[in-house]
Amino acid sequence: MNSSGWIQLALFVGALALITKPMGLYLMQVLDANGKTWLDPVLKPLERLTYKIMGVRAGEEHDWRGYTWAMLLFSLASCVFTYAILRLQNFLPLNPQGFGALSPDLAFNTAVSFTTNTNWQSYAGESTMSYLSQMVALTIHNFASAAIGIAIAAALVRGIARHSTRLLGNFWVDTVRVTYYLLVPICLVFAIVLVSQGMIQNFLPYTKAKLLEPMKISVAKVDDKGQPVLDQAGKPVMEEQTIEDQTIVQGPMASQVAIKMLGTNGGGYTNANAAHPFENPTPLSNFLQMLSIFSIGSGLTWYLGRMTKNQAHGWAIWATMTILFLTGAVVAWHYEAAGNPIHQQLGVSFADGNMEGKEVRFGIFNSAVFATITTDASCGAVNAMHDSFTALGGLVPLFNIQLGEIIFGGVGAGLYGMLVFVVLAVFIAGLMVGRTPEYLGKKIGAFDVKMAMLTLLILAMTILGFSAWAVVSPWGLAGLNNSGPHGLSEILYAFSSATGNNGSAFAGLTANTPWYNTALGIAMLFGRFLMIVPIMALAGSLAQKKLVPASAGTFPVHGGTFVILLIGTILLVGALNFLPVLALGPIVEHFLTAQGKLF
Amino acid sequence: MTHKAPSLFDWKIAGPAVGDAFKKLDPRLMFKNPVMFVTLVGAVLTTVGIFTATADRGFITQLAVWLWFTVLFANFAEAVAEGRGKAQAQVLRGTRVNTVARRVGKNGEAEEVSADNLRKGDVVIVRAGEPIPADGDVIEGAATVDESAITGESAPVIRESGGDRSAVTGGTRVLSDEIKIRISINPGEGFLDRMISLVEGAARQKTPNEIALTILLSALTLIFLLVCVTLKPFSLYSATVFSVPVLIALLVCLIPTTIGGLLSAIGIAGMDRLLQHNVLAMSGRAVEASGDVDVLLLDKTGTITLGNRQATDFLPAPGIAIERLVDAAQLASLADETPEGRSIAVLAKEKFGLRGREVAAAHAVFVPFTAQTRMSGVDFPALDGKPARRIRKGASEAMRVLIDREGGVFPQAIVETVDNVSRSGGTPLVVTDGKEVLGVINLKDIVKGGIKERFAQLRKMGIRTVMITGDNKLTAAAIAAEAGVDDFLAEAKPEDKLALIRKEQAGGRMVAMIGDGTNDAPALAQADVGVAMNTGTQAAKEAGNMVDLDSNPTKLIEIIEISKQLLITRGSLTTFSIANDVAKYFAIIPAMLMATFPAISPLNVMHLHSPNSAILSAIIFNALIIVALIPLALRGVKFRPIGALAILQRNLIIYGGGGVLLPFVGIKVIDVLITALKLV
Repeated sequence: MNSSGWIQLALFVGALALITKPMGLYLMQVLDANGKTWLDPVLKPLERLTYKIMGVRAGEEHDWRGYTWAMLLFSLASCVFTYAILRLQNFLPLNPQGFGALSPDLAFNTAVSFTTNTNWQSYAGESTMSYLSQMVALTIHNFASAAIGIAIAAALVRGIARHSTRLLGNFWVDTVRVTYYLLVPICLVFAIVLVSQGMIQNFLPYTKAKLLEPMKISVAKVDDKGQPVLDQAGKPVMEEQTIEDQTIVQGPMASQVAIKMLGTNGGGYTNANAAHPFENPTPLSNFLQMLSIFSIGSGLTWYLGRMTKNQAHGWAIWATMTILFLTGAVVAWHYEAAGNPIHQQLGVSFADGNMEGKEVRFGIFNSAVFATITTDASCGAVNAMHDSFTALGGLVPLFNIQLGEIIFGGVGAGLYGMLVFVVLAVFIAGLMVGRTPEYLGKKIGAFDVKMAMLTLLILAMTILGFSAWAVVSPWGLAGLNNSGPHGLSEILYAFSSATGNNGSAFAGLTANTPWYNTALGIAMLFGRFLMIVPIMALAGSLAQKKLVPASAGTFPVHGGTFVILLIGTILLVGALNFLPVLALGPIVEHFLTAQGKLF
Repeated sequence: MTHKAPSLFDWKIAGPAVGDAFKKLDPRLMFKNPVMFVTLVGAVLTTVGIFTATADRGFITQLAVWLWFTVLFANFAEAVAEGRGKAQAQVLRGTRVNTVARRVGKNGEAEEVSADNLRKGDVVIVRAGEPIPADGDVIEGAATVDESAITGESAPVIRESGGDRSAVTGGTRVLSDEIKIRISINPGEGFLDRMISLVEGAARQKTPNEIALTILLSALTLIFLLVCVTLKPFSLYSATVFSVPVLIALLVCLIPTTIGGLLSAIGIAGMDRLLQHNVLAMSGRAVEASGDVDVLLLDKTGTITLGNRQATDFLPAPGIAIERLVDAAQLASLADETPEGRSIAVLAKEKFGLRGREVAAAHAVFVPFTAQTRMSGVDFPALDGKPARRIRKGASEAMRVLIDREGGVFPQAIVETVDNVSRSGGTPLVVTDGKEVLGVINLKDIVKGGIKERFAQLRKMGIRTVMITGDNKLTAAAIAAEAGVDDFLAEAKPEDKLALIRKEQAGGRMVAMIGDGTNDAPALAQADVGVAMNTGTQAAKEAGNMVDLDSNPTKLIEIIEISKQLLITRGSLTTFSIANDVAKYFAIIPAMLMATFPAISPLNVMHLHSPNSAILSAIIFNALIIVALIPLALRGVKFRPIGALAILQRNLIIYGGGGVLLPFVGIKVIDVLITALKLV
């Protein structure tokens, strides 16, 4: 833990604070159907044309049911579209490498993964996906799933801000406006900045280069369908290969990476994701990518404050998120810097910390912080292998996901997840001031509590249920390359990541099997849509309520006390749900590592 | 007056409550409380586990015993609260049992029937010495009634037909005369009957906040159930063994049994506290709504000020000796029996030693106040050489007209004095003698002592007080300032009250008011919390959702405090209950893992003796904390009018911070004890 790290951390938080208000102000215009932006001259005609083609009446608003149905229908249709392209990519153009079609389960997993903003990748992008698949089938979701997340958050914020109404906005208008005015223009600029840092953007076929030193590797044997061949014990059959040349990936990377970060998608162009020199060329590109992950989530807190005419509340949410982020980052950094006692017995210098699985260019600090950020948000892009973190260093990303990725969070999803905790905190503590709990003038009733608790229940049920099933099933154990507590962490991480729509992996787990692809796909669907429906119901319920004017007896939702209360609620609920299983995984591993045991 | 609450350890209540605690084990009753139902199922399964276990039988037996205790303690808490409530209600019910009523039949003949058979609309005759059989309205006659059975006030009150004093309550006793009463309720529908059902756990309807809280607790229970059930497969993977009793112990420790066990007792105790303050509520919902009140409407007279205006000052006109003014004012008031008139005579006596004189000898003729003349006074005929005198006192404008007519001069100084008095909230009475203006009497509303402080408290709670008065704006403003109310409605007619309530409600505010007259009924019905005074009309009582047996207009403030206390107690114990889980995790999780992973021992931060002692200590703590908190649940967490933020900080530190820390200490102490006693 050195001063350069502290300075970078301070710079990062400072930069984040600086962009929050401008982003929030811009969101105010984008999320208002009649909002004005300086892009109107270019984009307004395009926006109108889009509505005309889609048959959308832009002036009409939906109630929560209408909004939700529109979102579900769009997601279903786009998911099926992607599934079809992936299954048929060998017949479709823009496939210079001649990749074959994806298997049904992998196509299902991938289509769901991108639809749900998860971007869990059971495949390696550069060796599976054609340019068309990357650019159309997947990229469309990078934009759409991000726009949908923001739209849902906006609907919830409207539900809180409005009163005595059923209307929450127009799903189509929100999605189109977010895509056209927010995501595309920023990505355009961001991509150019990334190219300036050395990121590639082309349509060339992959480059082949001769290795100076041929090397031998052992890889899992695959059959002609791309499925791993298994032996009698269910373990993948390994075979030895001699590598003489290197294939260097090419393609439209910068445009993909811009939206992957900004839209908290996280799906890497390459399998190495942001650890790949092309996908993350410089320290500046690393810093900007981290900042872009939080940028919209941070702006949304300001949007919440402005919409509810309580800017202090918006900043209180921002402060809560920042404190939780810093705590996670410092803990992860600390344990990574402290290193692995077993390494140290083998003669690795204590000062080097735990460099296993890290890109040397980024080192301990930037790897730990990136891992924290990518799991605070539901991004899932990685610049280091989380699997190789120390037990407690790796606990941070895992726990972040299990909290529901509410620390800035996935675009939109972070805010609506956080607001569920706000409702719960306000309800429990609100009783303590001697009034029916009120959140910004809305009385929190039985229905609201029911919906809020439902989302927590679904999160816990999906993560714990699937993980518990996997650890006692042959299909679950078959993919496991590590044993003991670490193996448990890997499975737990996989289902946490899928349910939380994060998409990062703890590796060490061969998840490209029909069972895992399907189970993880279902977990992603639950984690996205079973969460959104109760949240939209909550938005609908809040919108209909009357507004109670604030008084001295009103529960304050700003200031230090509220921030402490909210943090306490989040940590308590998160810890209570997942501590027992975490004790069996990373926590026990930590103590065993200290005794010199490896898994 | 308030009925004294029975002591918590009153054996008359605690004794039967022990029995009730067992009766309440009926699964159909338990099912209404999901948290305790899960605990019950856990207790049953652990008991079965005693017989199926192959080892550790002593430990499992102790676990089972404490799980049963957990359920019984919770039931006991509810039974005690119920017992106290019933005891209170029984006092109020008093004489109602076995009353014989004299019902007037269709032919006009009176027939004797049991009070239980009276229906709404029946007419009964009650004579001196007889109890009133049921709530109703006096339709004929007037009588003094002893209402001490319900109000505790020993002075009899007058109840008469017509007007605002026609309502009588069942169980009170007629002391003199004979009255005819029309019964206004069917058996079992009276306020008292409803109140009794509010303190009976089984029949009690949950209030909206209680329902929401129950949902929260049930969902938490469901999540923890999931956590514990999935631990079984996780343990299989980890090659460690979690026995069913241990998993049940973990589950019961995690689910919010503390608040789950005390929730219904808290609700009942809240109603009980209302009863102690002599307030009957129609529903729990109304009580809960009182805590949310934003605006309080108060009648000026009787609530903010003492009943009537009183003379406080004599202000002579220029050139007039004050003694002359006082003398004239006293003469003009001697025969004036209005409270204002009497107060003038009293002030004259107290300040200037002028005794009441026998004026009849002087052949004085009293001129009473009429609405037309707007003045009163006294005329002395010319006698014994003294000239005739016409002394008058009255409102300034009326007197000015009089002086003009008499050909006198109304001094400018008097006009100014009158204005000053009005502006300071007083009512000026101008005193004249013939065509000469002697001066001004300042009649003032006396604001009740301590009321300003109460309004300041209300303001800190976020409640705005609005004074309703028939006075003009100037006077109203002055009194409002003196009493410290936030707002006032001057020259108010009954319909203005209703309009004001509607306006406040349209702004999203909750309005409470207290009233007694028939013309208050629409406003009482419109208000979110309408408290009718017991002395008021039956119409007012039916329109409101609470009745104050003491007919004390400031009672609303206490009702609001009781309601807030109810909510705070629920919230605080919920926070406490959930915060407790942290320590329980630190006790149980290392204990569960110790056998397979001895490396985890640093996590045993409390240094508990053994895995079994750790688990047992946590369970014992979990059970005992319910008993320990029964007094708090019944008494309620103290409410302080210090503003929401300060209350929140205070309760967060005590119940949140304390909830995290206390079990660490408690579990450690229990662990030391049971280890010393060699129980594990």
